[in-house]
Amino acid sequence: MSLDGWNGEMDYTTIAIALAILGGLGALFGIGLGLASRKFAVHVDPRVEKIEEILPAAGCGACGYAGCKRYAEAVVKGEAEVNKCVPGGQATANAIASVLGVESPEVERTVAKIMCHGRRDVAVENFLYSGIADCRAAALLHGGPKGCEYGCLTLGTCARVCPFDAITHLGPGTIPYIDPNKCTSCGVCVKECPVNIIRLVPADAGVHVVCSSRAKGKEVKSVCEIGCIGCGACKKVCPVDAVSLESNLATIIYDTCTECGLCIEKCPTNAIEGLLKEKRAAA
Amino acid sequence: MEFREILVIIIGAVFIHNFVLNRFLGICPFVGVSRQIEASLGMAMAVVFVMTLAGAVTWCIDNYLLIPLGVEQFLQTVTFILVIAALVQLVEMFLQKTSPVLYSALGIYLPLITTNCAVMGVALLNIRENHTFLETVIFSASAAVGFGIALVLMAGIRERLELVGLPKPFRGAPIAFIVAALMAIAFMGFAGMKL
Repeated sequence: MSLDGWNGEMDYTTIAIALAILGGLGALFGIGLGLASRKFAVHVDPRVEKIEEILPAAGCGACGYAGCKRYAEAVVKGEAEVNKCVPGGQATANAIASVLGVESPEVERTVAKIMCHGRRDVAVENFLYSGIADCRAAALLHGGPKGCEYGCLTLGTCARVCPFDAITHLGPGTIPYIDPNKCTSCGVCVKECPVNIIRLVPADAGVHVVCSSRAKGKEVKSVCEIGCIGCGACKKVCPVDAVSLESNLATIIYDTCTECGLCIEKCPTNAIEGLLKEKRAAA
Repeated sequence: MEFREILVIIIGAVFIHNFVLNRFLGICPFVGVSRQIEASLGMAMAVVFVMTLAGAVTWCIDNYLLIPLGVEQFLQTVTFILVIAALVQLVEMFLQKTSPVLYSALGIYLPLITTNCAVMGVALLNIRENHTFLETVIFSASAAVGFGIALVLMAGIRERLELVGLPKPFRGAPIAFIVAALMAIAFMGFAGMKL
């Protein structure tokens, strides 16, 4: 049968054969697939789907699983706690717990914070960087232009990778601002920051040492006006022992800190920042 | 069949007549799934799997069903679509049951392949070139490998492009098309190989 030699006559046998083949194959595949879907049916726990719907579908991986679906599966299997979804927070944990019929543990809300205040006008830059405007790229070039190796590269990679639009970056030379109300503590910026200066801190903590430098005091002084020089004045003045001093860097122990504000006044370089409770309440 | 002939088919399908860069088949996944190397590897493996299988099955259908009944001229395309769609469904179910690891690696890409014209293309090309069954299997697999190579190369380039300060109108798909065109030109160089 060739269409080239077709003389316009209908060949009913050919039509019948074509119909039979397509109809036959279609029916065959239909039945085959139907049988196969029974034979190869995989039992999916309906609770997995329900939990997946509850989860925020950000796929951020803050729970430690590759995406919301994997986390939902792990929760149903009992491998994971119900409160591991940081972006979802307490509401999500409660909802998951009610699906599974278990008690919901409390979720401690944390937010990301950039532990550096080194704007261009207070922190020294060794050279003028005019390459790709991305911290990760800048870090490849002699560790970036910052004089301090623990300093924010100020190119705003964290702002671009944030899946929740919680980070505002006003341009090179400025430290990005993380909106604590929008931050879900997914940890994407923490991972992407090439100088590792973003930390997840309790959302209700008021006092922070905003510096990550582990360099000696003199070195810090030579590259930054407001870095922690590790003098220990804050540790001495703290009435509740809520400051630890390790490798030339003071750190607030958030569980113990009472937010009295004494260390903020004492710090010679203004590296400690704090919005105290009374002020926050007023604001 | 001689070793030389097999080599000619393989090199011809992978490099000289690369499915994406020379025959322009499977452009949709080539642009769509080439953002990350990891994803493109998954897609490439799924395509190798499905194309080899689809090539073999469609060859059998054509030679043992359509040609004996004298309807291959006008039923080929329709029948092959049906066969490929059913095949992909079956493979997906089979994988989900027997190999969850492979399924989670290829799973999301399998349904995409149902409508991949490269699969249809390989089925029709096998018939047009009058391949024997063995040639069909070799040609289908190497055509898929060629597709995979182009896809992974593209993904590698696009991962780097993400970091480049491109002018806004070129970001995303436009620069991908330009890169694809340059790659196609580069692959034209293989046409000079004497086999």
